[in-house]
This record gives sequence, C-alpha cells and structure tokens, in this order.
Amino acid sequence: MTNYRWRTVDIVVASILAVAFGVVFWAWGLLWNGPAGAIFGSTFPPAAAAIYGVWLLPAVLAPLIIRKPGAAIYTELVAAIVSALLGTSWGISVLWYGLAQGAAGELGFLLGGYRRWNLGQSLVAATFAGATAAGLDLFYYYGDWQFSWKIAYVAIVVASTLLFAGVGGHFLTKALAGTGALDRFPSGRSRDLV
Amino acid sequence: MTLPTAAPRASLQRSDALLARRTPVAKIVFLALFTTSALFTRDVAALGFALVVTFAVAPLFGITPWGLLRRGWPALLGAATVVLSLALFAADRSGTVLVDFGPIVITSTVLGNALSLALRLLAIALPSILVFSTTDPTDLADSLIQHARVSPRFAIGALAAFRLVGLLGDEWRMIAMARRARGIDAGRNPVRWFTLFASTAFGLLVGAIRRGTRLAVAMDARGFDSGLPRTVARPMPWRPADWLLVAAGALLAAAIQLIAHR
Amino acid sequence: MITLEGYGWRHAGRRAWAVRGVDLRIERGERVLLLGPSGAGKSTLLHALGGLLPDDSGEAEGVRKVDAEHVGIVFQDPQSQLVMSRAGDEVAFGLENIGWSADRVWPRVDEVLHQVGFGYERDRATAALSGGEQQRLVLAGALAPRPELLLLDEPTANLDPAGAALVRRALRDAVDADTTVVLIEHRIAEVLDLVTRVVVLEPGGGVRDDVPPHLLAGPLGAELAAAGVWVPGHPAPAHHAANPPGDTLLSTHDLRVRHLSYPDVTVRAGEALAVTGPNGCGKSTLALALGGLLKPAGGEVRSPDGPPHRWRARALAGRIGSVFQNPEQQFVAATVREELALGGTPAGRVDELLTRLRLDRLAGANPFTLSGGEARRLSVATALAARPRLLILDEPTFGQDRRTWIELVDMLAALRDDGHGVVTVTHDPDVVAALADRTLELGPTS
Repeated sequence: MTNYRWRTVDIVVASILAVAFGVVFWAWGLLWNGPAGAIFGSTFPPAAAAIYGVWLLPAVLAPLIIRKPGAAIYTELVAAIVSALLGTSWGISVLWYGLAQGAAGELGFLLGGYRRWNLGQSLVAATFAGATAAGLDLFYYYGDWQFSWKIAYVAIVVASTLLFAGVGGHFLTKALAGTGALDRFPSGRSRDLV
Repeated sequence: MTLPTAAPRASLQRSDALLARRTPVAKIVFLALFTTSALFTRDVAALGFALVVTFAVAPLFGITPWGLLRRGWPALLGAATVVLSLALFAADRSGTVLVDFGPIVITSTVLGNALSLALRLLAIALPSILVFSTTDPTDLADSLIQHARVSPRFAIGALAAFRLVGLLGDEWRMIAMARRARGIDAGRNPVRWFTLFASTAFGLLVGAIRRGTRLAVAMDARGFDSGLPRTVARPMPWRPADWLLVAAGALLAAAIQLIAHR
Repeated sequence: MITLEGYGWRHAGRRAWAVRGVDLRIERGERVLLLGPSGAGKSTLLHALGGLLPDDSGEAEGVRKVDAEHVGIVFQDPQSQLVMSRAGDEVAFGLENIGWSADRVWPRVDEVLHQVGFGYERDRATAALSGGEQQRLVLAGALAPRPELLLLDEPTANLDPAGAALVRRALRDAVDADTTVVLIEHRIAEVLDLVTRVVVLEPGGGVRDDVPPHLLAGPLGAELAAAGVWVPGHPAPAHHAANPPGDTLLSTHDLRVRHLSYPDVTVRAGEALAVTGPNGCGKSTLALALGGLLKPAGGEVRSPDGPPHRWRARALAGRIGSVFQNPEQQFVAATVREELALGGTPAGRVDELLTRLRLDRLAGANPFTLSGGEARRLSVATALAARPRLLILDEPTFGQDRRTWIELVDMLAALRDDGHGVVTVTHDPDVVAALADRTLELGPTS
C-alpha cells in the first residue's frame, strides 16, 4: 500500500458506512437510554456498556475496508455527525467523541504502518478506541460513580469493543468481501479468482 | 425499526426564519461555543440559563418551544434515565434524606446531582436540534466547503451518501419482508431475533456498498475526480449577521461560565 | 473519435477477460448500437470508452484512443447515479466539477433541463421524481457540459414502458447532430431509428459484425435473437394453459393496503394471472399483500388456511413463494447450496432445484456474486424450495436478456401446467402475451 490518496469510491463508500452507522448510532442511543438503561440502571449500571462496542465499529471496520490513512477518523466522525443530524441526546458532544474515538482507532492502524490489516491489528485499534471512549465517559458523565464501578465500566467497554469492533469488524470485512461488494478495494481481492 | 425519515417532499424549500437561514458554519460555531460551555459545567443555575435561552431563541429558528420538546424526545428519554439511575445508585448519598422507600434513598445531594446531569444533557441536546433540524444538508456541505475549507471531494462525497439514508429505510422494510417470504422469522426467541436483525443489517450494508460503488463510478464519469479546480454554483456569502451569531455564541458561552463561577 | 486496436480488459480478481481483441473505429457524429449476448463485455467496453476503468481495478491490453474533451455517460439505475437532492443542483454538479463559473452554470442548467423536457422547477426533490423523470434528469446532467461523446448503458432497462418512452424522446430531442453516441440496449426495436450502425460483440472476444441497422431484418437478426438479443420480428413463444383452472388459492375482498384500494382478485391453481398498470398504481404493494407480507389496512385476503399475513413465516413459505424484484434482498446464506437448504429443504430437493435451474455449477458460489440472470434463477429456486402451490413474482423479467427471459417464462408456464397458481406483476407486455391466462389491469389511482 503506497498510494495514500483517496479515490472517489473510497470517499463514497466510507461515507456510506458512516451514514449507515450514523443511523445505527442513533438507534443505539435509544437502546442505551431506554431498555439498556432500564434493565441495568436498576442493578449494575456499568453492565449496560456491554452494548458499547457497536459505537466504535466504524473506527475499525472502515480502515479494514478502505485501507487508507484517515479512514477511521473520517468514518467515525461523519457517523457521529449523522447521528446528531437525526437527533441524539448528546448533541454536539458526539462530534468530540467521534473525533477522539476515530483518532484512537486510527492510531491502532498507524502503529501497523498502514500495512497490517489482520485480526491482531483490529484488536489493537479496538482497544485504543474503547479505552478512549470509556475515559471520556468517566470524565463527563460518571465522575460521581464509586471507584470499583469506574474500573468495571472501562473493562466492560473495552471488552465490548474488542468483541464488536475488533473481532466483529474483522469478520464483517471478510463476509463483505465474500459477497463481491468490496471488489474495488484491496480488502475485497483476497477472494479466489473466479 | 422506524427511521426518522419523512416521506420525500416534492420541493425542497429552505426555512426563512431569522436564524435558520444563517450560514450553516456560523450556526455550528454558535452551537459549538454555546453547548461546549454547557458541557463543562454542572451548575444548575448556569444550565437552567442555557435552557431558557434555548427555548427563547427557538422561534427565531422557526421552531415553537413545544415543537422543540417534541423533536427532542430522545433527549428527554436520556434525561429521565440519568435521573433514575442516579436516584437508585449514586455513590454520594450525603445531605438531607428526602425519600426513603426500600432501595430508593433520595437525598438532597443525589437530587442536586441528578438534576444537574439531566439539565446538562438537555442543554447540550436541545440547541443541536435547533441547529441541525433547520440546516439543509446541501447547504451544510456548501458552507463547509466555502467557509471551513473542507475538501469538496469529501464534503460532496458525504452529501451523496447522506442522500441514501432515505433509501435505506425502504430497503430495510423490503429486506425484512423478503426474510419472512423465505420462511425466516424470529417469533419470541431473542437469539433468533438478534440473528435475523444482524442478517437484515448485513444485506442492507451489502446493497448500500454496491450502490455506493456504482454511484462513485457515475460521479467520476461526470468529472468529480478530474483534477480540475472545482467551482461553486451556489455561492454563499458570509454576512455580518453570521458574525453576530458567532459573537452571540461566544457571549452566551461566557455568560454560562460567569453564572457557574459566580 | 474512437480507435480501439486489439483492446482487452480483465477485472481484478477474475481469470477470464471481460472483453478481448476488439478492433473498432468510430467517427465523429456516428450513432452506434452495441449488441451482443450477456457476458460479451458490452458494458465493460462502454466503461473503457468513458475512461472509467482505473488502472488499479484490473489489467488492459491493446490500444484505446478516445479523442473527446467531455464524455457523458448514462447507466441503468437512476438511483445510483443521482448525487444531489435537488434537480437543478444535480445538473450543476458536473459543471462545477469541470470548473464552470456560477454565472454560466445556471443558464445552462435551465437550458438543458428544458431540452430533455424536465417539467419541474430547479428546487424539485430528486427523490420525489418517478424513475423515468429521474433518468431524464441524469441525461440532462450528462449533456450539460456539451459532451462530444455520449455513452448510454441500457438507459431504459429499469423503467416502465412510459418512463422508457420519455427517456427515448429526450434522447431524440436533446442530442446534437455532431455528438457521437454509443448505446447498449437489449430491446432494440425502439432504438433502431436512433442509430446509424450496429456493432455486435463476440462473447469469446473481438467484433463479430459491424453493419447498418436494416441488416438486422435478415439472418443476422435470427442469429442474434437465438443468442439472447431482443430483435424485432422474433417474438417469444407463447404458452397458454392446457387445462382449465382449478380450486381458488387466494381471493381478496374490498382490499386496502396503505392508502391504496384494490378491485377484488381471485387467484386459482393452474392459472397464470398478470397484474399490470402504470408505475405508482400499487402493483408491487398488491403482490406483497397477496404474499402475506403486508397487513391489509382494510378488507381482507382470504385463503383456505386463513389470512396469509397471520401465518408464521415457515407456514407462509410452504404455501406461497414470493419472488422480489431485486433478488439480492432475498439472499441470506453464504453459498447457493446453503441458500436452497435454508429451513430444512431435503438434500435431494436441493439437488433437483440446482439442476432444474442450471445452478449446479454455482452451488458453492456466494449468492451475491451471481450475474443478473443467475441471481434471478436462484431467487425463483428459493421460492420453490418448500413446494408452495402459489408463486407470486414481482417483475421477474426486469433487465433480463431474451434467453433468460424465455427460460423464465417457460418455467413459469410449466409450473402453471403442474397445477401451481402463478401471479406475475409486470410492465412487460411480452410476458402478458406469452404467459398470462388472465390480466388484472390496475388504474393509476385504483
């Protein structure tokens, strides 16, 4: 991978991932504030973070598909903007979150020199993204929690991110490549010749 | 799942309310200043002030205060969850006990904390609804290109993808019906519900990526990546009123901090 | 204008060349119809002429020279060509890309919208247009920069007859005499008077014939028809029911779905019913309601087993097979075989369907990678898997070449003669002529 310039198809497909996940983010916000909050809010609130990883999926999935520098930041940020356009309870703060989470995912692939796109690298990126998001949450929202809850929260967010974004992103890319939808991307060319 | 997309309107008219028709970048800078200041405070008076201002300026965006509440229902839901979760589980339960009912012990400190978190959530969410629900996506892309020096390739690329949101809703309904026609439904089994949801979402994603790939080819066919400098067919002047809006955002941000540190 | 010498292109990830050994010269102002059976590489060749095959997406050989400052291209599906939300902005998009200043853009936008007969204001939402109107808008966008070369890849294949006629009229009226045009079209009867030359591609590679349009009336026409091209004067064979219809499978009474109301319909075993009508009359919605996929807003759909929309999915699939317009929406598995085995179809039945629909060689392929004709056959096979007595198909022949078309119609006729009920929603008059025993024509606002 020496060509770092984004082609039109890179931009459009990254944007489509972002828009699709923007809608998912929006729906996930309702799930978070509604059922997840109601079920775990009355028992052990940090447990609600088990669903958290989906918010960080674009920061791992987009770089795996597009394989260009900036894919994690761009996609996570635009997804956050789209969810704000649809109306979330976090307003413009989702932009700062999108930027920070995307940058954390980006760092994971930067450390691989934008050359490694395997499961290990996805897990590294997912860990960074999850830890960043959990840290921001503790700072903004859960400063009042007891210390053991804070630790549990970070652990659950990171575990969820590893599962949904790290492992999920890796296998989702493979499944998409299998359908031929990624034929215009290097990530889709690992298929057998047909 | 119901998506928040209305049936397509035949003609896309822009709102002509005083603040709604300001340049999108000016509106967003205003929003960023105003709500970021609210994000950094927990003071009930300061947050209350921010909310009062929000409802007061809503008509200038062409939205009635009642309409703002209606569009803000996800935020109201979020605020309610915050209050509930803190009422039950706050670590700090000092202060006067107000309610003591089984596991529910609400003290004055708990109530104060819950109130300030809920108010902050609303003070961040509701102004965003004012700005984003009155901003046309095309205008936003144009303004980002002209006033924020965002790359036109990325701004227009994202805009083209955003246009597909409306199509995704219909596509989702069709795929869901196609699953039923194939003999697949979840019944009351939550695991099957989840796998069905995931498979529907996957089908949607495959379709969207394919459509995006074809769209990218069509855009290139029209010279989108020609390398020539792209012109702007919809010039959008930055007017004095836009500066005023930005200044108002800065003043409100300062006012919130002043009230918080009084 | 165009010179190709021994030109070939192979897509990345493919063993076979999409086109190969093409020698072709096209002069300024010529109107060329590009023909050939499915898989002959017509579309790839058109992409090559438009400069839309980037180096990183495959490998080229031979010489390709295209001497045109601007090239306009129109593809099949308007939905994946429209970029902007407003009609005027859509036309302006291409002009902005090549650096026209704003004061020149808008007069040209108005001019070209007028030329293609676009009847709305610039603020018109592109999402609110019909398919034919959208495709006229796409054509306006392609013509706006005054291209010297216009490439058309089946521009009317996704449209109903009225929409297709709109686009053809716009092509007649809006394209200058000195614009070179290269057109791909399966249904050539309607476009023969638009072209001056017919080029036929050979599937294995090379140009097979290069003739004036009138020669298609001779033996060449018969040969092309056999290869899958719709040639005028070669109608598809018709099949009408040998036996009188049997028992009633479904009937509707005062049916209303969403905001539409429908005349009463009866569907019987051993009978093929065609549902026709203009776009927007609710044909597809009726198919969904008959198929138990949409709940009626009023009235009812009756069957011996109760209203279909109340059945569990498993029971539904065993009684009614629905085939959607877009086959990909129905695919859930990773291989063709798994797709058919879904829901516990016995292995013997799977093999039988694979053979019957000529999918046996593709049993291990991912359903999403199939060609249009193969995907259509698979979607019909999946609907037949659980042996339903009633089959409901929405535009099954949409975008298919003549060979796949005949296969499909033959198979539907055979199913009907086996005692299945067949309901086909279609705007294809040939399907009605070749298959239907009875036709239900819906009005514009029934």
